[in-house]
Amino acid sequence: MGSDDGALELIGLRRRYGDGAGRQASAGTPAIEVSHLTKDFGGRTAAADVSFSVARGEVFGFLGPNGAGKTTIVRTLGTLIAPTSGTATVAGIPLTPENGVEIRRRISIMPESPGLYLRLSVTENLECSADLYEVPDPGDRIGRALRAVNLADRAHDACGVLSKGLRQRVALARALLSDPEVLFLDEPTSGLDPVAARDVHELIAALGCSGVTIFLTTHRLEEAERLCDRVAILNTTLRTIGRPDELREQLFAKTLTVRTLVPLPDPGGVFAGLPAVDGWHPDGPAAYLLAVSDPAAAAPAVTRALVAAGADVLSISESHHSLEDVYLELINKDQEASLR
Amino acid sequence: MSISTRRVRAIFRKELREYRRNRSLTVGMAIIPALFCIQPLISVFTLHSSASTPLRHEHVLLYMLAIPALVPSFVAAYSVVGERQQGTLEPVLTTPIRREELLLGKALAALLPSIAVAYVVYGLFLACVELLALPTVASALIRFPDLLAQLFFTPLLAGWSIWIAILISTRSNDVRVAQQLASLASLPSVALTMLVALNVIKASLVTALIAAAALLLLNRIGWRFVSATFDRERLVTGTR
Repeated sequence: MGSDDGALELIGLRRRYGDGAGRQASAGTPAIEVSHLTKDFGGRTAAADVSFSVARGEVFGFLGPNGAGKTTIVRTLGTLIAPTSGTATVAGIPLTPENGVEIRRRISIMPESPGLYLRLSVTENLECSADLYEVPDPGDRIGRALRAVNLADRAHDACGVLSKGLRQRVALARALLSDPEVLFLDEPTSGLDPVAARDVHELIAALGCSGVTIFLTTHRLEEAERLCDRVAILNTTLRTIGRPDELREQLFAKTLTVRTLVPLPDPGGVFAGLPAVDGWHPDGPAAYLLAVSDPAAAAPAVTRALVAAGADVLSISESHHSLEDVYLELINKDQEASLR
Repeated sequence: MSISTRRVRAIFRKELREYRRNRSLTVGMAIIPALFCIQPLISVFTLHSSASTPLRHEHVLLYMLAIPALVPSFVAAYSVVGERQQGTLEPVLTTPIRREELLLGKALAALLPSIAVAYVVYGLFLACVELLALPTVASALIRFPDLLAQLFFTPLLAGWSIWIAILISTRSNDVRVAQQLASLASLPSVALTMLVALNVIKASLVTALIAAAALLLLNRIGWRFVSATFDRERLVTGTR
């Protein structure tokens, strides 16, 4: 299993899209378009007024805390449940009850729980799924899918004797069988060891490159940051959407962290009036956090000012915020708002 | 609406594989017919030759039609709620399968072993009667019209029981409750076969044809009705 051409050749996706076609195709009609989608269960709103679109060939991350409505959205787009209001298109087809079969034919959903028939062998599970999708030449296709997830040697084992991680891989092989246009992956690396998780990451990246649209629901923020072209953060309502770096810029001011050997006697005098420095505050006994508009312009000026002031500089670095910081910032804001 | 035979076959084959490897289900299927045979066999073996005259005017062996009425309800009641409890239903529902195809596949998979069990038990019963009962009693019991009735009514009664059991299975949240309710729901069919066997309802060609037509119609309606009431959302989310 891996991101190399071998994995893709194994599952045969290159035959349809050609090398790198996915990114080029992303300029066309979106793979998923959701407009003001709301889903109520009785008196409880699971998802409210959610709108977004996913380009073809995009790896799209869908993040949010437990109960945020992620699975509800996936189930809605997978035609398992009907929206209370709002519209959507999936794989270019309007989401209506009469289009359910056609949509399901073009997508594949890997749920968080693999949902395998434990008394059946790996191959028997995949045979059933291949027949349900009416996959041509199922034997060959099953062999490719199993090799893609490194399970060819366990093909005849009963799923009940497999570990959780191996079952997850069987579920992934099952999701790949039908050569879907849109692949919904719900926590695909849940229960996998680091090596197996890395393999799945590589496979997802390779699928994205080959033109498959991937809708990735995950709690692993580093996974989303590494794999996704864009991410959306959902907490019943859509809190934000964009590229991970865009979200960081939107949410956090650019800052420089300055560390000196001893505290500066007059830090205000050193940092005031420097180009591109908008403000500062202490960040420890001999550390200072500077808000800057352009780190590349501010860093040299700050260095010169510190040297001129006779300071012993230990480091000047641009502060980095991860997607996790963005996520926590937004979710914490929601929690604070709900407590008020 | 077109039915994909490949998808129906996929469900049918998967279900049969599961039944074969699920010991509690196969044991459950075998117990009911075994219980049904013990007491009548003992009675038959103890009958004197004088009993053969009244037996010639009755259809006692149609009592065995209770087996196809009862046996399939046990497996069919498991078919939807069992999958739901195992967490295997949602992945199936995400595929292009239509509810009519899913239910037909499940019904056929419950029908086949039920018919096989009913015929095998009936065959064994006849063999025991032929070998161990008095010849006059055996010839009074085993008659061609009753054999034909058993042959044709077994799948029809089993089919009807299956649709009732699947309907219960789609509405239940627990396998045991579904199986108990389905067994209960198949009792009217059992009662009817008893009434025929005890000559309360007179068995004739006309009544047989009417009953067969009614059961065929009920099977057709059963499939359509269960399909129409099959609610993906309720089955996936447990709400509504």
